[in-house]
Amino acid sequence: MDAELLQTLVWLIPLPPLIAFGLIVLFTYRSKGLSHWIAILSVLLSFLLAQVVFWNVVTTGEEVHAHLPWLSAGTNPEDWLNFGILVDPLAAVMLFMVPLTCLMIFIYSVGYMGWPARKEGVKTPPGLPAGIGLDANYSRFFAFISLFAFAMLLLVVADNLLLLFVGWEIMGLCSYLLIGFWFQKPSAYRAAVKAFMTTRIGDVLMMLGIGYLYFHSGTLTFSEVLTNPQALEAMAATPSFIGGLSVAALIGLLLFAGTVGKSAQFPLHVWLPDAMEGPTPVSAMIHAATMVSAGVYMVIRMFPLLQAGSHEGALTLPMVAMAVIGTFSALFAATIALAQNDVKRVLAYSTISQLAYMVAALGIGAYVAAAFHLITHAFFKALLFLGSGSVIHGMEHGEHHVHAMLHPPRVPSYVGQGEAHPADEAHEAHPAGGHHEAHAPAAHAEEAEGIPFAQNMMNMGGLAQRMRWTFLTFLIGGLALSGFPLITAGFWSKDEILAEAFHKGQTHPGAMLVFIVLALAAFVTAFYTARQIALTFLGRPRTAAAEHAQESSAWIVAPLVVLAILAISAGWVGIPNNFLGLHLGDINWFHHFVGETVHGVIELEELPFNPVPLLTSVMAALGGLGLGFWLYAWRRPLAAGEPDPLIGILGGLHPVLQNKYYMDEFYRDVFVRPTQRFAENVVYQAIDKETIDGLLHAIARAALWVAEGYRAFDRGVVHEAGDAIAEGIKGFGRQFRTIQTGRVQEYLLLSLVAAVAFGLFFYFFIGVRP
Amino acid sequence: MVPLNWYLIVAALLFCIGLYGALARRNAIAVLIGIELMLNAVNINLVAFWRYLTPQLISGQAYAVFVFTVAAAEAAVGLALIISIYRNRETVVVEEIDILKW
Amino acid sequence: MTVGQLLFIVVSAATLLSALITVINRNLFHAALWLIATLFGVAALFVLLEAGFLAAVQVLLYIGAIATLIIFAVMLTRRLMTETREAVNSEWWLSAALAGVLIVLLIAIIGRVPAWASTAPQADVSGSIAELGQALVSPDLYVLPFELASVMLLVALIGAIIIAREGRR
Repeated sequence: MDAELLQTLVWLIPLPPLIAFGLIVLFTYRSKGLSHWIAILSVLLSFLLAQVVFWNVVTTGEEVHAHLPWLSAGTNPEDWLNFGILVDPLAAVMLFMVPLTCLMIFIYSVGYMGWPARKEGVKTPPGLPAGIGLDANYSRFFAFISLFAFAMLLLVVADNLLLLFVGWEIMGLCSYLLIGFWFQKPSAYRAAVKAFMTTRIGDVLMMLGIGYLYFHSGTLTFSEVLTNPQALEAMAATPSFIGGLSVAALIGLLLFAGTVGKSAQFPLHVWLPDAMEGPTPVSAMIHAATMVSAGVYMVIRMFPLLQAGSHEGALTLPMVAMAVIGTFSALFAATIALAQNDVKRVLAYSTISQLAYMVAALGIGAYVAAAFHLITHAFFKALLFLGSGSVIHGMEHGEHHVHAMLHPPRVPSYVGQGEAHPADEAHEAHPAGGHHEAHAPAAHAEEAEGIPFAQNMMNMGGLAQRMRWTFLTFLIGGLALSGFPLITAGFWSKDEILAEAFHKGQTHPGAMLVFIVLALAAFVTAFYTARQIALTFLGRPRTAAAEHAQESSAWIVAPLVVLAILAISAGWVGIPNNFLGLHLGDINWFHHFVGETVHGVIELEELPFNPVPLLTSVMAALGGLGLGFWLYAWRRPLAAGEPDPLIGILGGLHPVLQNKYYMDEFYRDVFVRPTQRFAENVVYQAIDKETIDGLLHAIARAALWVAEGYRAFDRGVVHEAGDAIAEGIKGFGRQFRTIQTGRVQEYLLLSLVAAVAFGLFFYFFIGVRP
Repeated sequence: MVPLNWYLIVAALLFCIGLYGALARRNAIAVLIGIELMLNAVNINLVAFWRYLTPQLISGQAYAVFVFTVAAAEAAVGLALIISIYRNRETVVVEEIDILKW
Repeated sequence: MTVGQLLFIVVSAATLLSALITVINRNLFHAALWLIATLFGVAALFVLLEAGFLAAVQVLLYIGAIATLIIFAVMLTRRLMTETREAVNSEWWLSAALAGVLIVLLIAIIGRVPAWASTAPQADVSGSIAELGQALVSPDLYVLPFELASVMLLVALIGAIIIAREGRR
C-alpha cells in the first residue's frame, strides 16, 4: 500500500466518531436506535481503518507520517505550526488496542443503557440512572462516547504535543460530561466537577511544560524533538530558570504532572474512584482503556526527553519522580482496594495501582515493559469493568424480580396489561405493569455506606451459577490482573516490569526498592482480586436480589467474550526471548517492534534471564490468589449479614483503608473549604460586591446627583424663564386686548387721537408744513 | 366781501361739531346725524373753494353732487343697518354692539 | 362790515348753533328736527356762495330724503325716544377734547395760508344747471363717476331693502 493512501487512511481514522457525534446531536437525537447504530458503525469504521494501518506498519515496518501547515505565522515556513499524523510502532499498537476496545464498549453500551428494554419505553426521568430500563438520554450517551473516541484517536495519531494536548483536553471534557451523565444525581455531578478540577491541575502544569518546550526548542513535533539525540543532550545540559533543574528535567517534570492528573496517580488520584458515578461503560472506556492510558501513553512517548541526560543508565530527575510516585501509588491504591465493598471502586483503585506500575516502569527505564503493560491492562481492565457492569445489571434484574414478587401489580380490568397473574410475573424476564418503575432503582433499595444496592459486594454471592458467561470472563480478567502465570496477558507484562526492576536494582539500589514494593503490590492485587471474585460470584447468594439475578443480554456478553480472548492472548506477543533460560528465538515480537520507536535514541538492552523476579511474581500472584480465595471461599463462604473477615484481621487499619486514608477529607479541609471561603468572602463580598458594585453604585449615584442638578436647573431656570416669558406675553396680551372693545366709536376716537398726535409730531418735530 | 377763510372756519367748526356728535353720542342714529353734519361741512368746503378759486370750472359743483349722492346712499344703508340691528339686538346703543372683538 | 358779511355771520351762526344743539340734545326726535334746521342753514350758505342748484339739491336731498329717513328710523326704533338715559357715552370728554384740539389745529392751519384770507370771489361764474348736466354726462368729464354713482345707489337700494327686511330669507 503506498504511502499516500496510508496517510489518508490515518487522517481518516479519528473522523468517523466525530461525524457520528455531529449527526447524533443534530439529527438523530430522537431516534435511539439510529443513534447507536451510527455510533457503532463509526467506531467500526475507525477500527477497520486502524487495523489496515496497523497491519501495514507491522508488515512493512515503515512509519506513516504527514503534516499540514495550520497556523502560518511569520514568513518562514519552518516556523509555522503544523498539524500532522505519526504512526510509529508505539502509535500502531495503540491503534490496535484503542478502536478495538472502544468498539467492544460501544456494543456493550447498547445493552447496558437499556436497549433490550425498549419495548417498555422510558420509565425514569432524564438525568437519573434507569437501572435495567431504557435510559432517557440514550442518544446523548452515544454522542458523548463518540466524541470521546474521536478525541482519543486524535491523540494517538497526533505527531506533535499540541495536537495531543487538544485530544487530551477534549477527553477531559467528555470525561466530565460522561461522569455527570446522570446529572440529576448530586453525587454524580459533584464527581464530574471533581474529576475535571483535579485533572485540570495536572493539565495546567502540562501546558506550562509544553509552552516551555516550545519556547526553548521552537518545535513540538515528536519527530523533531524526540529523535534527535544531540538536541536532547543539549536540553539536558542547559540549565532552566529554576535553579538546579535542566531544561529537559523541568519539561519532563511538568509533562509528568499532566500524567499524574490524567492517570490518577498520587496525589491527584482522588477523582478516579468518584468517577465511578458514571455509567459502567464510561468507567470501562475512560478509566481503563483510554483516557487514563493516554496519560501513560504521553509520558511513554516523551520518554526520550524524560530520559535525556542520563548516562550509563542513571536515572534522571523526572525518572526518579516517576519511580517514586509510581511505586508509592501502586501500593497505596492496592491497600485501599482491600477494604472497598463497591465492586466498581475496587476496580478503580486497581486501575490506579496498575497505572502506577506503568509509571514506575518508565521511571526505571523499562520503556517497552511499560507500553506492554499499557496494552494488556487496557484489555483486561476493560473486561473487568464491563464484567462488573454485567454483574450490576444482573443484580438489578434480581432486585426487580424481588420487588415485583413483593408488590404484585394490581391490574385494572380496563387496562389490557397482557400478563395477568402476579405469581407468574415474578419469574418472567420483564414483568410489565407495576408501579415501581417510576422509582430510580437506588431510591427503593437501601444504600449502605453510600454504595448503591446493586453495586455492593456484600449483597452479592453465588452469581457464578446464575451468570455463567459473566463469571467466566470476569475470572479470566481477574486472573490476568493478578498475573496468573503463563496463560494470562497480565502475567507477561507484569513479569517484564518486575524483571526490569530487578535487573535495574543490581546497579541502582533505588530500583531494588521499586522491585520489592511492586512485588508486594502484586501480592495485594492478587488478594483483593480473589476477594472480589469470591464475594461476588462464589458461595451462596446473600440477598434475595442476588438469588434472582440473571445473565445479561448478548449485547453485553459478546464484548466480554472478545475481551476475554484478548486478555489471554495479547500477552503471548511479548514472551521474552530467553524465557526460563530457553532460547526461544526471536519471539518477543512486541519488544522488537515497539523498541523500534526509540531506535537510535535509547539503548534498549535485552534482559538476561533471572529466575528471581519470575519466581517472585509467580509467588505473589498465586499466593495472593490462594489467600484470598481461602479467606473468602474455601474456608467458609461469607454468609449474609456476616462482616468482612478482613475487618477482624486488620483491626484498626481497616477503617483507614476503607476511608481512603482520609485523603478526600484532607483535601476538602485544606484546599476546598478555604478556597470556597476565600471565594465567598473575599472575591464575592469584598471585591465584587463591595468594591466593584460599590464603585458602580457610586457612579450611578453621582450620575443621579448630576441629573438632579440638571433637573433643578431645567425646572428653575429654563421652565421658569420660559413660563415667565410666556406668562408675560400672555399677560401683556390680556392687558392689551382690552383695546379691542368692539365699539366703533372708540376705534374712531383712537385713530383720530393717533392721527392728531402724529400730525402734531410731524408738524413740530419734523417740520412738515402745509 | 367774505374772505374764504371765514367759510373754511365755519366748515371746520361744523365738521368738529359733527365729529363730536359721531364720537360721543350713544344712539346709533345720533352717530349717523353727526356723520351727516360732517359731510355737510365737507360740502361747504368744496363749494367755497370752487367759488373762490376756480369758479370757471364746473368740477367743484360736480364733486359736491357726488358727495350728496354718496351721503344719501350711506344714510340709507346705515339706517337700514340700524333697523336690522335693532330687530336683532333690541338695542340701538352703539356701546352695546361690541361683539366684533376678542 | 358789509351786508354780505353780516348776512354770512348770521346764517353761519344759526347753522352752527343748530348743529350744536343737534349733537347735544337728549331727545332724538328733537335732534333730528334741529338737524333739519342745520341743513337749511347749509343750504342758505350755498345760496350765499352762488351755487343755487346745490342749495336746491341740498334741501331736496338732505332735508327731504335723508332727514326724513332719519326721522323714520327714529320712529322705528322708538323705544328709546321716551327713555331718558344718558345721551353721551363714557368717553364724551375725550371726544370733546379731540374736537377742540382739531378746531384749533384747523383754524391754525387755515390761518397760515394768507391767500385765503383775502381772496375776493371772482366774477366769472359758470355754474348753470345746463353746464352741470353737461359735465355729468360728458365722456371726457364725469360720466364715469356718474355711472358709478348710479350703480352705487342701486346697490345701496338693494342692500338697504335686504338688510332691513323683516323675517327670514
